Amino acid sequence: MIEDIELETLINEVYEYYGFDFGSYSRASLKRRVNRIYQLDGFSHFEQFLSKVRYDPEYFRHMVDEITVNVTEMFRDPSFYKVIRNQILPLLDAKPFIRLWHAGCSTGEEVYSMAILLKEAGLLHKSLIYATDINVKVLETAKKGIFPLRMMKEYSENYRDSGGKEDFSNYYTANYGIAKFNEDLAQKMVFSQHNLVSDTSFNEFDVIFCRNVLIYFDNDLQKRAINLFDDSLALLGFLALGTKETIKYSVSPGKYKQLDREKIWRKIR
Amino acid sequence: MEKDQINSHFKVLIIGGSAGSLSVLMQVLPQLTAIKSFAIVIVVHRKSTDEQTLEKLIDLKSVVKLRQVEDKVRLLPGFIYVAPSNYHLLFEKNHKLSLDTSEKVNYSRPSIDVSFESAAEVYKNLLIGILLSGSNADGTNGLKAIQKEGGTIVVQNPETADMPFMPNNAIQNMTPDYVLNIPEIIQFICTIGN
Repeated sequence: MIEDIELETLINEVYEYYGFDFGSYSRASLKRRVNRIYQLDGFSHFEQFLSKVRYDPEYFRHMVDEITVNVTEMFRDPSFYKVIRNQILPLLDAKPFIRLWHAGCSTGEEVYSMAILLKEAGLLHKSLIYATDINVKVLETAKKGIFPLRMMKEYSENYRDSGGKEDFSNYYTANYGIAKFNEDLAQKMVFSQHNLVSDTSFNEFDVIFCRNVLIYFDNDLQKRAINLFDDSLALLGFLALGTKETIKYSVSPGKYKQLDREKIWRKIR
Repeated sequence: MEKDQINSHFKVLIIGGSAGSLSVLMQVLPQLTAIKSFAIVIVVHRKSTDEQTLEKLIDLKSVVKLRQVEDKVRLLPGFIYVAPSNYHLLFEKNHKLSLDTSEKVNYSRPSIDVSFESAAEVYKNLLIGILLSGSNADGTNGLKAIQKEGGTIVVQNPETADMPFMPNNAIQNMTPDYVLNIPEIIQFICTIGN
């Protein structure tokens, strides 16, 4: 197990050697993640671990991939997707072109969930879904649209609870323990690396999703990320966060209007 | 500044449980009157889609006020906090609560071990951990961590637990400070403020 002071040393070294800044990450979670990889990779001395990170860029990338949390689900929080389906998509219908951004998309389960909703609403053909993450490895998985077959029972229940009426298994082909999602869903997806800590706004969007990513940041970085989303959101666009996250402390009151009790805010000025 | 320092020295009671623990909580919590000097944090295994049932039930049964757990809310004495479903609950050094959606631990999210270990690091000898009924090994490692940091640990007497596996597993792997039945747990909590 590493000590607090060692964690701070690691954060400083990583910033100095690679320019990746984990200084504004929530410490409780970051420390668990670093301890996890430290133990998984069989280190017993912090110095040894630190010099591996410092001098082996390959290992550094592996560490970043492992300390960022990449657990995600399709249709996580079905009631959230129900609101997207019933309240948000009808409002986007009138637009000639719809741009969406999944920030911190991980392995892409929520991106495919959204593509399914857009397809069912007849909007996918005029949509473009940007999906970004700091972790390049998860983006490779997301591009392929291949998820574990054992998860499909839970996902199809989530899908149904979110108001889905189709046979969920029509959206993928099952094969040797994997579910490969239909390629037409991925046609409108663009994947690229983006770091919410250091990168800037790159387009203007009608909907931005960033669910259960801000929980890993401290309040200052949360504020910065939300400002980045604000800069990237069209007027009357929507920002969707995780069920326990808020923009309350980050934007001036009156600029956004919350949808009922969901963690979805509309930019009204 | 001085006030902050005083406030940051409060005790934390963290209660973990799984199957069979809800009925214990429903016997214990209504017996508590205002708690001024400590905070109560409850981490129980629950369905991933259970959004608020547990919170509503506790709010209804207890005179101690419930604070909704959202990301980075401040832990304050005098309130009950409940780990939300489908997140791990962690403790920051600045007394804020953090949430985490990483892998399940002991097939559970929230995991009792994760919260106990994290709270132990921050609250050390000011932490009291109670492990209740359950049919899974979650909680044992967390209790060990609390003990290592100088906190106090209590295990529900397995003979009084609907599901004795969880408290038994703890007792077999360590020596708790107290093994208590339900009325004794109520008495014990009432003395924490003294």
